This record gives sequence, C-alpha cells and structure tokens, in this order.
Amino acid sequence: MTRKTLYWSVLIAIIVALPLVFASNTAISLMNAMGIAIIFALSYNMILGQTGLLSFGHAVYSGLGAYIAIHVLNLVGAGKLWFPVTLLPLVGALGAMFFGVLFGYVTTRRAGTTFAMISLGIAEMVAASALMLPGFFGGEAGISTNRTVGKAFFGITYGPPIQVYYLIAGWALLCGVLMYALTRTPLGRLANAVRDNAERVEFIGYDPQRVRFLMLVLSAAFAGVAGGLSAINYEIVTSENVGPVRSGAVLLATFIGGVGEFFGPIIGAIVLTFLEVSLSSFTKAWILYFGLIFLTMVLYAPGGISSLAVLHRPFWKARLLGRIVPSYLFALSCALVLLAGIAGLVEISYFLAESSPGGAMTLLGLKFDPRTVPPWLVVALLLGLGGVSLRWAKRRVAAAWHAASQELLRRVRSVEPTDRSALGREKFTAEQML
Amino acid sequence: MSSAIHIVDVCKRFGQTEIIRGVSLEVAQGERHAIIGPNGAGKSTLFHLISARLPLSSGDIRLNGESIAGLTPYQINRRGLSRSFQVTNVFPRLSVFENLRCSLFWAHGYKYSFWHRLSRLDDVNQRAEEVIERIGLGKRRDIPAGVLSYAELRALEIGITIASGAEVILLDEPTAGMSRSETDDTVELIRKVTAGKTLVMVEHDMGVVFNLADRISVLVYGQIIACDTPAKIRSNPAVQEAYLGTELAIEHA
Repeated sequence: MTRKTLYWSVLIAIIVALPLVFASNTAISLMNAMGIAIIFALSYNMILGQTGLLSFGHAVYSGLGAYIAIHVLNLVGAGKLWFPVTLLPLVGALGAMFFGVLFGYVTTRRAGTTFAMISLGIAEMVAASALMLPGFFGGEAGISTNRTVGKAFFGITYGPPIQVYYLIAGWALLCGVLMYALTRTPLGRLANAVRDNAERVEFIGYDPQRVRFLMLVLSAAFAGVAGGLSAINYEIVTSENVGPVRSGAVLLATFIGGVGEFFGPIIGAIVLTFLEVSLSSFTKAWILYFGLIFLTMVLYAPGGISSLAVLHRPFWKARLLGRIVPSYLFALSCALVLLAGIAGLVEISYFLAESSPGGAMTLLGLKFDPRTVPPWLVVALLLGLGGVSLRWAKRRVAAAWHAASQELLRRVRSVEPTDRSALGREKFTAEQML
Repeated sequence: MSSAIHIVDVCKRFGQTEIIRGVSLEVAQGERHAIIGPNGAGKSTLFHLISARLPLSSGDIRLNGESIAGLTPYQINRRGLSRSFQVTNVFPRLSVFENLRCSLFWAHGYKYSFWHRLSRLDDVNQRAEEVIERIGLGKRRDIPAGVLSYAELRALEIGITIASGAEVILLDEPTAGMSRSETDDTVELIRKVTAGKTLVMVEHDMGVVFNLADRISVLVYGQIIACDTPAKIRSNPAVQEAYLGTELAIEHA
C-alpha cells in the first residue's frame, strides 16, 4: 500500500467513524453544518485565493442553488417529478451554474475593486428580489420541504440525521477531490496567473476575462452543491441563504483558514462553524468575538491558519519546532489572560446594557454583582497583566524564532543544496523569513 | 514572401499629444531589427501598438501580411507574435517553472482545459524544462518568480516570451539595468533563442544593438528618421546629429 492510499483510507475511515463516535444529534448536526461549510468555503476560495477575485456575494450562488434544489425536491414530493434525493445537490449545482453564467458574464469583466463592487451590487439585488418575489423565494418564511420523499433505497430514506451526514460527507469528499484536481489543470494554473498578473496573461495567448468567467462558473457550481445539501439538511431555504450575512461568513471562514493553501478553507470552515455553534450557546455576544478573531487574524496572520502551518513546516522537518514551542506556550498563556480580561469586559458590559437594573450575573460559575467595584478591578488587572506580559512574550517568541531560523539556515548551508532538492526550497523559505 | 511585420503609417495620439507621428516600417522574416532613439521618442509606445496593448489612432499593422489592427493582445499572440516587457512582467507567486508552463498551454492546444492533468502534459512539461535550462534558471526551478534577482527576472521574462515558439518576437529593452557581463550573457541568450525567428528589439545599449541587429531604425519624436544596416546608421549624419553622436564617439574612442 502506498503512502497516498494509506492517507486516503485513514481519512475515509475517520469520516465514516465520526458520527459513530459523536453520535448525539447535536454533534451530527454540527458536523453536517461543517461539511456544507467546507464545500462552500472551498468553492469560494476557487475565486478568492486561486483567481484573486474578492466577492461579497458568493451566497447568491449557494442560495439560488438551494432554492432550485428545494423546488425540485418539492416537485418530487408532490409526485410531479422523479429524482433521487441523493443526486439533488447536482440540481443545486446546475442551478447555481446557470446564475454563475448569468451574473459572472457581468462581474468577471473586471477584477479588483470593480469586481468586488459589482459582486456586492448583485448580492444586494438578489437579496432584495428574495423579498419581492415571494413565489420563488417564499417571502419571509422561505420554502420548506420534506427530504424523506423518495422510496427507501437499501434503507436510505434520509430520515435520520446520520444518513444525511453520510450524504454530505460523500459529496464533500467528491467536491474536495474535484476542486483539488482543478488546481492541477491548465485552467487552474491560468487562474493563478490571472491572479498574479492579469495583463501578462493576455500576452501569452489567454483572455483573462474568460479565465475569470470559467472559474466563477465552476465555483458557483460547487457552491450550488453546498446549497443543495443545505436544502436537504435543514429542509428549509429562506432569503437568509442568499443574504449578505452568508456571503460575509464564507469570506470570513476562507480568510481565517487561509487562501494561500488548498486546505486552508477546510480548516476555516471547521473552526468557524464550530465557534458559531459553541460560542453562540455560551454567550450572546458571540458575533463580537467573531469580529475580534477576524481582526486578530488579519493583523497578525494575514495568510490565515494554514499559512502558519506552512511557515512551520521547515522547522518541523528539521526537528527544530521544539525550540520555538515553549515560547509559544508562554505567549499563549499570556494571551489567555488578556482574553479573559477582554471577555470579562465584554460580558459585563453586555449584561449591564441588556438587563434590568439589579441582579447578579454568573460568569464561569462565579456569581457576582457587576455594579460593584471588585469585578471591574479583576477585569482591569487581567487586561493590564495580559497586555504587558504579552508584549514580553512577543519578544521571547521573536528571539526563539530567530534562533531556530539561524540554526535551520546553518544546517541547510552546510549541505550544499542540489538543484531541485527539497532542501533548496527550505533554504529559500528560511532566507525569506529572515 | 510577405514581411513578418509591416507597419503602415501608424499614428498614436494621447489627447492632443501625438506620440507616434506616422511610422512605417517593414521587418522581413528572419530579420533581427533594432529600434533605437532617445528617451521619450515613442519606442515602447510603438511596441505597445504592435502588440495591441494600446489601440492605434490611425494606420495599420500587418503580421505576415494580415492586418492585426483592432485585435486583442491574446489574439495577436495566438497568431505567433510574442513580446517581452521593459518593466519585468511575470507571475510573481508562481514558480519559475509554472511561469514558463503557463506560457505554453495555448500553443500546445490545451486552451482553457480543466480536464487535462498538468502532471501528464508531457509536451508542455518537457518544453518548459528545456526553456528553463536554456535561460539558465535550472537551479531556481521551483522558486516563486517574485523573489528572483533582477538579472534572473529578465531571463525569465525572455523565457516566457520565447517559450511558446512564436515566430515573431518583440523584446523591450532586454538588457536594461544589467551589468556588462550580464548583458553579454543576455545577448548570447537572445541570439540562441531567436535563431531563425524574426526579432524586433528596443534597446539603449549600443553595443548590444550593433552586435545583434541586421538593421536598425532610429525613432526620434515619433518618427523614423533612418532605417538601415548598422554600418550605414553609424555614418548617417542625421542620426549622429539627432541622437547617436556622443554615444558613438565614446564607443569609438
């Protein structure tokens, strides 16, 4: 068995085993949301990371795909049409692709800011039509459905959530493989070229508009798969599905995961879906924390989580990671102190702004009255301590990082790199970082 | 046999300002032609007009006898005209190898394919490897183009331009900003990779021009004041007066 097949079997085994290990309905619905988010974020990165197009309206494609899928599902339910539910995401894909052709023809004529603005305009237009055309969009209530319409096929009715899980997992795997394969084709590479330097592409025989258009249409198709799956999973599609919040969320997930690596959006989708579900059950101010996370990432790790992983790969390979990790742990503990301070401040303010006068609040099992001095003192202390120690920790991290890089460079230089060795690349990375 | 490039009374105006004021020029197939002239004479603009980076104000340009006026840059490229840029213009985040590979897809007929696997494109891959060795960047194969040194970038620029095997090649100041030895290497490279092709180049380095060119055109204030063999250009009094005098005197000293 080659290493590749081993990795794949492990991955598939994990995907199959997950709902058996985490069998609660909450866990499965969380994982279902993650699977849909993964496809959606990966499709978004086809245009953001790979083609360099910042879109503020990607939910238009997943949302319209979802609407078309749910209408088809309802036709199936009414007995007017025969179509297997398993293949319903394909309907979503075709529907979204249609709108990709329609809108993409307009949007992809330009790149950069113009593209971003037009995408925003189209998103607003579709969101507005969602309320103006209740026949198709179902108005405020949206369109609901029943996914258990088909005849049971080997016991598959899509009644129990675990069956939907396997449906989503299968589609996510398929779409992931296809989208990855696309990055290894001439069009995929040309998309990168258009991202890097659209003008030059014209002088090597290609029309950058056509490249952007094709990438957008293909990306819309995958977004449509995500939309079709969400129609099956939630059995309802509302105007929120095409709305700006959804478009913003996929941008956030993709960005936080990292646009530079193929697997970045997968991480982003998992992390953000998890945070959304878990944070929102802990605190009402979860959107604020979301914003803070996004802000921190943009400021300190603009390449996203995946770029951090890539940055550390040479150290990992050279077994030098151990020299940096202690400083990270230290910095992490300082950051947690600061975070506790921020969280305290946010929660207390939120409590005061929201609740009627009087009454105590509980935070992390502690019951206290936010109108007295001590809680504020604690918060101030945490903020001060965290802030100061984090500055100190930052210097320690920088020093450890510098020392490890020097060591890496020394080792690489002592072995003169041959032409194309991986070592040559690592030397390059190390030089880049210094 | 029709000429490779035939420029017929071409004008280019930006608003009121006329940059190219009626240029006509014929470059035969297989000829190495240099365009020289003082700064601001319109040399790069002329290149932009031929490659359709800028639209013509009037006149016509023919490639192998067929008019290419009004075509887009990519259509002209597909007809076998490839150009380089004065300010290096590569794909900075792609590796050197990928830069070259991208310039090969169309010529090898892959169009906008998303069904071919890159690793299986033997023809493209082989050619990219060949070009990479030819331009001397074998050791930088997998490095992002954005971090190459200046001379390496210039070599890559030429590589991207010639990789697809275009029959007509336009090089815009290929040796600008290079040291003497880098320039010599580049001249050898250009000689090698453009063998048997039509070459038009804009160049400031007179050593390069007289070394490489079969014929030279002198462009001054948007007009060609002379077009002849290097020896005759050297002795042309109008050229000496307008442009060459000082530089030639130095070279002959």
